[in-house]
Amino acid sequence: MTAGHESKSPLSGPDADRLAVEELSGALIGLAKDAEAIYVAPNWKLVWWRFKKHRLAVFSGFILIFIIIIALFPDFFSTQDPQESSATGSFIPVQGVHFFDEDGFVPFVYGVEGQRNPVSRRMEWQIDETKKIPVQFFAAGYSYKLLGLIPTDIHLLGVAEDSAGAIHLLGTDRLGRDQWSRLMHGTRVSLSIGLVAVIFSIFFGILLGGISGYYGGVIDLVIQRLIEILQSLPPIPIWMALTAALPRDWSVEQTYFAITIILSLIGWTTLGREVRGRFLALREEDFVVAAQLAGCSQMRVIFRHMVPAFTSHIIATSTLAVPVMIINETFLSFLGLGLRPPAISWGVLLQEAQNLQSIALAPWLLLPGLAVIITVLALNILGDGLRDAADPYS
Amino acid sequence: MLQYIIKRLLLLPFLLFIFSVIAFILIQAPPGDFLTSYMAELSASGSSVDRAQIEALRELYGLDQPMYIQYLKWVGRLLQWDLGVSLDFQRPNTELIGERLLLTVLLGAFTFAFTWIMAIPIGILSATRQYSFFDYFFTVFNYIGVATPTFMTALVLMWLAFKYYGISVTGLFSSEYVDAPWSWGRVVDLLKHMWLPMVILGMDGTARLARVMRANLLDELKKPYMEMARAKGMSEFKLVMKYPVRLAINPLVSTIGWYFPLLFSGSVIVATVMNLPTIGPMLLRSLISQDMFLAGSIILIYMFLAIIGTLISDILLVWLDPRIRMEES
Repeated sequence: MTAGHESKSPLSGPDADRLAVEELSGALIGLAKDAEAIYVAPNWKLVWWRFKKHRLAVFSGFILIFIIIIALFPDFFSTQDPQESSATGSFIPVQGVHFFDEDGFVPFVYGVEGQRNPVSRRMEWQIDETKKIPVQFFAAGYSYKLLGLIPTDIHLLGVAEDSAGAIHLLGTDRLGRDQWSRLMHGTRVSLSIGLVAVIFSIFFGILLGGISGYYGGVIDLVIQRLIEILQSLPPIPIWMALTAALPRDWSVEQTYFAITIILSLIGWTTLGREVRGRFLALREEDFVVAAQLAGCSQMRVIFRHMVPAFTSHIIATSTLAVPVMIINETFLSFLGLGLRPPAISWGVLLQEAQNLQSIALAPWLLLPGLAVIITVLALNILGDGLRDAADPYS
Repeated sequence: MLQYIIKRLLLLPFLLFIFSVIAFILIQAPPGDFLTSYMAELSASGSSVDRAQIEALRELYGLDQPMYIQYLKWVGRLLQWDLGVSLDFQRPNTELIGERLLLTVLLGAFTFAFTWIMAIPIGILSATRQYSFFDYFFTVFNYIGVATPTFMTALVLMWLAFKYYGISVTGLFSSEYVDAPWSWGRVVDLLKHMWLPMVILGMDGTARLARVMRANLLDELKKPYMEMARAKGMSEFKLVMKYPVRLAINPLVSTIGWYFPLLFSGSVIVATVMNLPTIGPMLLRSLISQDMFLAGSIILIYMFLAIIGTLISDILLVWLDPRIRMEES
């Protein structure tokens, strides 16, 4: 046999066998290490490993991180002051950004040419392909404070300073306000209203659900009936009546908090049920009985031993509750009963598209609805992924 | 079974009491009382304010008396089928609601039937063909259906119909039938207009119910009795339809309890966008103009419709599922 032949087939002969055995034992040791890692891993790590396998949920997580970044820095993503209106710039249609022309990478939008219709007195716009408005990244625009602290005027997109004209990525509304910039600002309000309302719901849910499940008996019965009654109410009419009763002269912040509380008044019931169910199941578990026998105080049993055992479930259920709250706020503001201008939320934006006349004139006013759909979709998928991962021992 | 139903019916007055309290609180929630707004309304429209008439109204509503007396007076009038007078329309509330109640209930009933007719076959097909194209398609449809606010669906469809067919799909009647008395032609016209709101309103529910049906059926399909029946040579179609489907529908019936409140709740928004002559848009209008007795009455009706839904689901469940019947007796 020649050496050349040997090298051609490395996977035969005694050497190869030895290699295979080594590989196998290596894999076995690795497996044992993995098993050990699983064995000693804390609960949250197990949940995380399982969650990572759900590709779509992880992807939704990234989308949500992006949306949260917009909610944190809406001014940076805006192209114009969201409250700035223009009498001569109403109902400008969507101007798409073109990134390339004959000369290569030169981002620009086509200009628009408008004239007033002599009959309807409305502005009518035509895309003017001869006029190109150059678009710059990190352009200077109106000045604002980043996170309310750092004064700056840098925006992600903007027109070059020396060129006349503006860009309206999603068109403008009835008052000539830039829809894109308003959408960016609405993201902050709509997303946070969902989160705050869910935080209130978690508070009520854990408190009442916990009391119900831990003590049982008459208290349990009363709270359970209360939940049943609240769940048999048609929620939207009740919310409508409650928000309509809010004083008109309240500031935006006051209305905002009132709405989150109103939404959580019915919203806590789902969480309350979940918490109660967990409490009932855990109350009989050995480790809880052991903790009680060891002389732990009631508070310690609840917060040190029981609550960590179902935190993952609470997080999953809460994640699924956020989109419901976002949609409900959108409903209320859309009907004109929730947040009112000058506040900007997705519902307030969609209020501009409330009837057929407005959307027949300016269909782009419906585009903020896409933001609602994407956010709710991402939150639902993320929540489902978390829920599947929440019980790592199943 | 009769015993069970009677027990449920006995609970009804108690629920009605709680709901009337909630409705009364909502009526009282806005600042100012009914009479002040009423007088403002009268003087704004230029009518003279008769002092004796005002005193009579004050007495009727018990405005100088404590809250619980006002509540009792209100309930007393409710029991005599008197829901008060609308400030906005200057007509009795019973009339205003009566005109629109039939269409509200019809829309609800149609939508409900539509959801079930759609959801059960979709659920069965998704479960028996798990991970097929069909199953994935409806999973995606489900997610999008739940994520889209109903008014968005309504607005987009209205816009498409307007843009491509030049028709306006609002309302429940063509213009010649709006104020016409009931006739065969009017019924046909109603049905022609009803299907679009029905589909829009039912989409979300269909998605949810199909999901529940699929999950229930998947649980059943794994059970040993399926193997047994297959081993005996039963045809697959007959097998699925005869045993697991019947078992999987039972938990679905209990969803009626929460589906009815949501259905009527959602119809408020769709009806407002599509300008349907149901009580939904009237609720919005009365709330905006602070016509609180009308708003309170409408909310009471919604609550009542929701309990009837729950009641139907309870009765159906006990009728369908012998286990519950045995437990109760």
